[in-house]
Amino acid sequence: MLDDVTLSFPQGGFIGLVGPSGCGKTTLARCLNGLIPHFYPGKMTGEVIINEWNTSEHAAHELAQKVGLVFQNPENQLVAPNVEREIAFGPENLGVPRQEIRRRVEDLIQSIRLEEIRDKAPFELSGGEQQRVAIAATLALEPEILVLDEPTSNLDPLSAYEVLQLLHRLNRENKLTIILIEHRLELVAPLAQELVVLDEGCVIAKGPTREVLMDEKVAEVGVAIPKVVQLVKQLNHPRLQAACPLSVDSAVKAILEEVER
Amino acid sequence: MILFDGVWFSYTPGRHVLQDISVEISPGEVVALMGENGAGKTTLVKHINGLLKPSQGTVFIDGVDTRTTSTAALARKVGFVFQNADHQLFADTLEGEVAFALRNLGFPNDEIDERVTRYLEKFDLTRYKERSPFLLSGGERKRLALASVLCVEPEVLILDEPTQAQDAIQKLKLAQLIDSFRGSGSIVFLVTHDVEFAVQVVDRLLLISQGRLLADGSPRQILGNHDLLRRARLLPPQITQLAHKLADRLPSFPRDIITLKEAVTATSRLLAKR
Repeated sequence: MLDDVTLSFPQGGFIGLVGPSGCGKTTLARCLNGLIPHFYPGKMTGEVIINEWNTSEHAAHELAQKVGLVFQNPENQLVAPNVEREIAFGPENLGVPRQEIRRRVEDLIQSIRLEEIRDKAPFELSGGEQQRVAIAATLALEPEILVLDEPTSNLDPLSAYEVLQLLHRLNRENKLTIILIEHRLELVAPLAQELVVLDEGCVIAKGPTREVLMDEKVAEVGVAIPKVVQLVKQLNHPRLQAACPLSVDSAVKAILEEVER
Repeated sequence: MILFDGVWFSYTPGRHVLQDISVEISPGEVVALMGENGAGKTTLVKHINGLLKPSQGTVFIDGVDTRTTSTAALARKVGFVFQNADHQLFADTLEGEVAFALRNLGFPNDEIDERVTRYLEKFDLTRYKERSPFLLSGGERKRLALASVLCVEPEVLILDEPTQAQDAIQKLKLAQLIDSFRGSGSIVFLVTHDVEFAVQVVDRLLLISQGRLLADGSPRQILGNHDLLRRARLLPPQITQLAHKLADRLPSFPRDIITLKEAVTATSRLLAKR
């Protein structure tokens, strides 16, 4: 599933982890919080070091306080009878004081817009609502690193945008390291400082977002290059290509500058 | 043909999840149902295969009231791929998974073998055919769920978030497959948040918000209407966002662009003028 992967993720960074379906993204995510090798059977060689901890030497519950993982399928991580209890579940298990748990729950209900559904059971929620709850429940552990496996796959576009803005804020203000697996690159590209591209278990490209998106082999393996980047690539205009805008706003700005020259 | 006639639905009394939905869909139409999380999209499509029956109003499939028929009988006509593939996968192998519905519906053995091979191939799953579905990645499980429903080649196909966890190459293949179903006169009903994919494949877009049908029209009509989209918590395709912002500054720039090709043409023309 993974074949001789050597990578380092900078502390406080915002990294997009992308690649075609089945390339090993989820497997890599599971290595980061110790689910591999502690929980999933299989053979692993090499080492994963998280802030000086070797994942094979620390139990999954210890690693959970360093690395929060939001699963691809939110149903697989929701366990409590209602949303409020779900958010409290992680910190309760780690023995966090009651007052502090209450503060975290209220903060997260606010910032992730869960007020209307706070008393609902997970099975009463729509797919997108479940996804927001799963993110809140993971953040309640206040991890240093947050790994998200397609956290917006069930979300409507505006909610997806809002979740990514939230991640951006957590990264900027709280210095939370974010490692994000996401196919909707048009949402990730303006936010991620770096991209890592996996294909068939190997790293085929890594580096600053702009450079990776302009790399032809990345498009060839099936990574969905954002439409504004594709537009600039096809325009055959060296100055615009050098500017390589990653968002709609920066593309509009770059095109207007060319028009007004 | 699918006909919703004044359909209301509630899971618990007094809380209407669908309110007065009336819509008609003809053979050969590819339709996307879009709208915010919790808008009632999945609830609506569950009425098409009779998993849910209206609290008020009627759903007709080929003229038959879904209240007077069984989900089992409708299953011959209506194929349903759930949002969460894990809700429908259960067999020991991929081959067994794809063969299951065909066997249940009484297809002859050689036909079953042929379709299993063909559909595993279409979804790039042949190399895993003897594996357990549960060893697949999330995206591969979704494709297996699609293969196991599409192989029946039903008259009506309901695909709930079919592009979930799919890369650009897989999406392109799916788009081509949907085209071929359209060509053979099936109705394809997508529930999706993937605006970029919808622009590529659908003829018609239904917008639903808080249980009510908000709009019904071509992608070009609807995706250019910011107010409508905002109410359904959708964003226009990136290309349309770009066109609107450029047109605000340069009135000659066309506003109603939805595809990359149109944007390349319009922007090239704009830059060539200088």
